[in-house]
Amino acid sequence: MSKFFTSSIGRKYAMALSALFLMFFLLQHFAINILSVFSPNAFNEASHFMGTFWVIQYVMQPILIFGVMYHFIMGFILEIKNRNARVVKYAKNNGSANSSWMSRNMIYSGLAILGFLVLHFIDFWIPEINTKYIQGDMSGLLADGEGYRYYEELTHKFVNPLRVGAYVLAFVFLSLHLMHGFSSAFQSSGVSSMRKEKLQAFGKAYAIIIPLGFILIALFHHFNH
Amino acid sequence: MNLTLKIWRQKDSKTKGQMVDYKVTDISEHMSFLEMMDVLNEQLINTGEEPVAFDHDCREGICGMCSMYINGEAHGPDRGVTTCQLHMRMFKDGDTITIEPFRAKAFPVIKDLVVDRSSFDRIQHAGGYISVNTSGNTQDANATPISKHDADEAMDAATCIGCGACVATCKNSSAMLFVGAKVSQYALLPQGQVEATDRVKNMVAQMDLEGFGNCSNTGACEIECPKGISLENIARMNRELLKATFKS
Repeated sequence: MSKFFTSSIGRKYAMALSALFLMFFLLQHFAINILSVFSPNAFNEASHFMGTFWVIQYVMQPILIFGVMYHFIMGFILEIKNRNARVVKYAKNNGSANSSWMSRNMIYSGLAILGFLVLHFIDFWIPEINTKYIQGDMSGLLADGEGYRYYEELTHKFVNPLRVGAYVLAFVFLSLHLMHGFSSAFQSSGVSSMRKEKLQAFGKAYAIIIPLGFILIALFHHFNH
Repeated sequence: MNLTLKIWRQKDSKTKGQMVDYKVTDISEHMSFLEMMDVLNEQLINTGEEPVAFDHDCREGICGMCSMYINGEAHGPDRGVTTCQLHMRMFKDGDTITIEPFRAKAFPVIKDLVVDRSSFDRIQHAGGYISVNTSGNTQDANATPISKHDADEAMDAATCIGCGACVATCKNSSAMLFVGAKVSQYALLPQGQVEATDRVKNMVAQMDLEGFGNCSNTGACEIECPKGISLENIARMNRELLKATFKS
């Protein structure tokens, strides 16, 4: 089994599995975030549950961090290996004749997403870890004790137009990454072409709807507060 | 038609190569690309220059020997053809055509446009066969029923001529379409089942050893393949390797 995961195909499977896990995570993240548009209370309740339920915090969160790190690190390792597989580059290469821009530039859309994740961690994850596990405040309440803090924190983050712009741009790159990544994950997992055709339409819809939804949430809070 | 050719010239595998410009005149649009290269070479020989070395054999699109990267595409701008079947009608009078060898670390240049594709042979030797004694005791072809679908898919995979266009065109120099086709043609048939586990494991291991890159599913190989080998063969190879890993 260890030989399998060090083989080129084994790494493809691992990349695909981590990608599928991240796509599932993105879907649940979106499902909670969209609540903030319709009901601040529901968003607060859901956020508090996710932030305090032990299965999410101590089981799913480490898996997520591992998945994110694995996907990025292995992505870079594979990119370096792939570049080394062609020492002399072509003087003329017409890549657009046979493949999409998204498929040829996954490393660049991935780098843009990595940059966004750094910003996102600084904005939300690090303050959250600080509040809960360093200061030891698991209540999720505002400083004045009047209700949960999650909705307030979210809307506060989307006041700065530069940050909103960065979020919008990052989700455009995420959409481009998913345009190829979704179907690629299933191809790497060995899904047959008959099933893949059906999945492709779903994948394209996912790659547009989810990032667009995140963009609209950011814009909604920016213009409403 | 009159053309300007930018061709990769490299004396041998140890010498550094470079692009060199040539002019060819009065090229008929009915000529094949290799015939145009023949005209250039006659011109070079007549002027005492070294002719351009390039691979060719059957010139019927079957042998998989011709291997040029023309205007940024393996086997040139036409679809479903090898370089020998590419016709000059695909170009216009006055065009500049860039001609390079198939490039990959696993396909080192021997001279000019000739590359060493023996890495493909070594992958085949690792398991691209079935061990059957065919000396006089060949089974009747219809003794083992095979579904039409499987027979067609196996035949499609078997049409791979091993030219290496998939590797040349892949941005990662991956050989997975080639290996996928060779694994698939046996995986779909009952005759291939006996050695299926070892075959896929050994062939993939040899592919990795040769220094090919990793497939990132751009699909460029499928588009540029002169025989239209489908990406489905890569998916099947992935399934076969997973199955083989669990079996052993």
